Amino acid sequence: MSRILVVEEARKERFFQETLAAGRKLAEITKLPIEAVGVGDPNKDIFLHVKGDVPSSGHAVIHPLLENYTSDGFVSAFEQLIRKLEPAFVIFPHTYQTRDFVPRLAARFGEVLIGDVVGIEDGPLFVRQLFQGRINASYRHVGTGPCFLSTQSGAFRDESHSGGDMNIYHFSPELQAESIRTKPSAPFRGSAQTVDLGSAQMIVSVGRGIREAENLPLIENLAAALGAEIAASRPICDNGWLPMERQVGSSGQSVAPKLYVAVGISGAIQHLVGMKASQCIVAINKDADAPIFEVADYGIVGDLFEVVPALTEAVKAAKG
Amino acid sequence: MKIIVAIKQVPERDAPVRIAADHKSINEADLQWAMNEPDAYALEEALQLKEKNGGEVVVLSAGPERVGSTIREALAKGADRAIHVVADDLASRDALGVAKLLAEAIKPESPDIVLFGLQSEDLGLGQTGVIVAELLGLPNSTLILQVEKTDAGIKVKRELEEGWFQSIELPLPAVLTIQSGGNKLRYATLMGIKRAKTKEVRALNAADLGPAAAPVLTLENIALPSKQKSTQILPGNAKEAAAALVEKLKFEARVL
Repeated sequence: MSRILVVEEARKERFFQETLAAGRKLAEITKLPIEAVGVGDPNKDIFLHVKGDVPSSGHAVIHPLLENYTSDGFVSAFEQLIRKLEPAFVIFPHTYQTRDFVPRLAARFGEVLIGDVVGIEDGPLFVRQLFQGRINASYRHVGTGPCFLSTQSGAFRDESHSGGDMNIYHFSPELQAESIRTKPSAPFRGSAQTVDLGSAQMIVSVGRGIREAENLPLIENLAAALGAEIAASRPICDNGWLPMERQVGSSGQSVAPKLYVAVGISGAIQHLVGMKASQCIVAINKDADAPIFEVADYGIVGDLFEVVPALTEAVKAAKG
Repeated sequence: MKIIVAIKQVPERDAPVRIAADHKSINEADLQWAMNEPDAYALEEALQLKEKNGGEVVVLSAGPERVGSTIREALAKGADRAIHVVADDLASRDALGVAKLLAEAIKPESPDIVLFGLQSEDLGLGQTGVIVAELLGLPNSTLILQVEKTDAGIKVKRELEEGWFQSIELPLPAVLTIQSGGNKLRYATLMGIKRAKTKEVRALNAADLGPAAAPVLTLENIALPSKQKSTQILPGNAKEAAAALVEKLKFEARVL
């Protein structure tokens, strides 16, 4: 039977709701049933807090060698499950784990992952972004194998419907310890987190547009005038101009302050996912086509070296 | 230690992205090209591994003739030699098709490590390296910030989400995709630029690396993204716009 498999990653419950929402959208278009898949114990790791239209079936993939994630283990386990269930579509959340093994899994079927999908349209067509979010591209799957998708965090709304019961099926793949070549350690935190951007009411965030570390006082002055925390997009932290703990985005912190001022940040997807839930977003950028303006409430198109000092003065004046 | 670094040439970051008349590609006529930044970090990691452990760094890049300038840049920074897979049809191949070309070019080299940047700045697929690992039958790990040689192979530091990390041990040969920020990027020296001119760049024709399979994905169209919010752009010079913004933040958004 052809079906849509929606995969839950352990400890990513909220994301699973979104991936399910993407699955429902695809089910509307294709008239195929949705079934859930997760690796781990369904009473402990997965399917715990599923809200809304619960898929009628859930497949719990269980094996001692899958307790710690490895690319080799997961590729082999999912390959066996997919060969058994023969789904038409398999939808993953676009997480670091997905990025680590799903391209490999897809290649095993002669397929390609359509990654970081932000929209599903009639066809079905799958929309993903190119050029750091400046272009939307629509793709059609024409391969003969299963279609592998991953959905971007925040792209699909979790619409809660009435609940239901899920029939859980256990699936035990055949895995050998010696075929798992990578040996992972337990995850550890980076340097002690001393800044909690998540609780900041106001954030001034700086990107490549600042050009040099020497220009950062410009941003510090604006932040001081506003009483805001300073944050940055990844390249600023990569260059060591600000500590990594001030990074906002998929690889840094996710924030939702009252006011987020993005200065010289073009707005690559990886940054937007970390800040687009902010209540009020201001963008200052010289490029009127920069994707940051797609999520901004207010924008100033101009040279930040002129705009930021003027804004600092205006804020000071307004605060008296 | 023989290290291959796969490098992609992409449009320069600030280059204007204009949709072409076919609504499937962008106008390349007025584009400037540059090394994909995550690949620059992969190259840096390769050069540092060589400096610590000895060996050879081989740059691999696929694309039309213009890719040569990015290859020379990598050689100027210290790579020993390069392989250029000459292909004018990359846009018509999917990620699997491009990965097959690269894997075929890598195979006869029998490297110890193959490094990729974690994703490209233009298509952002983030999967070419992982697919190449599958095609070569090698273990992979992604989003790597540090690589250290051990007796049994390598130990890498992998970035996880939200400020977490993980160490992973892999046997060699292995394929890694490198996250940005693990090292500081070096500049090419004048001596390096001079030396690069005499280094070997071997051209391989894509057609000689096997037939191109039919892609499993087709691109229907590209378009500018629709705005998620209606942005109020504040007009005027810097001073006027700043004053107008403060008014809006105070009385309309009420966040000041």
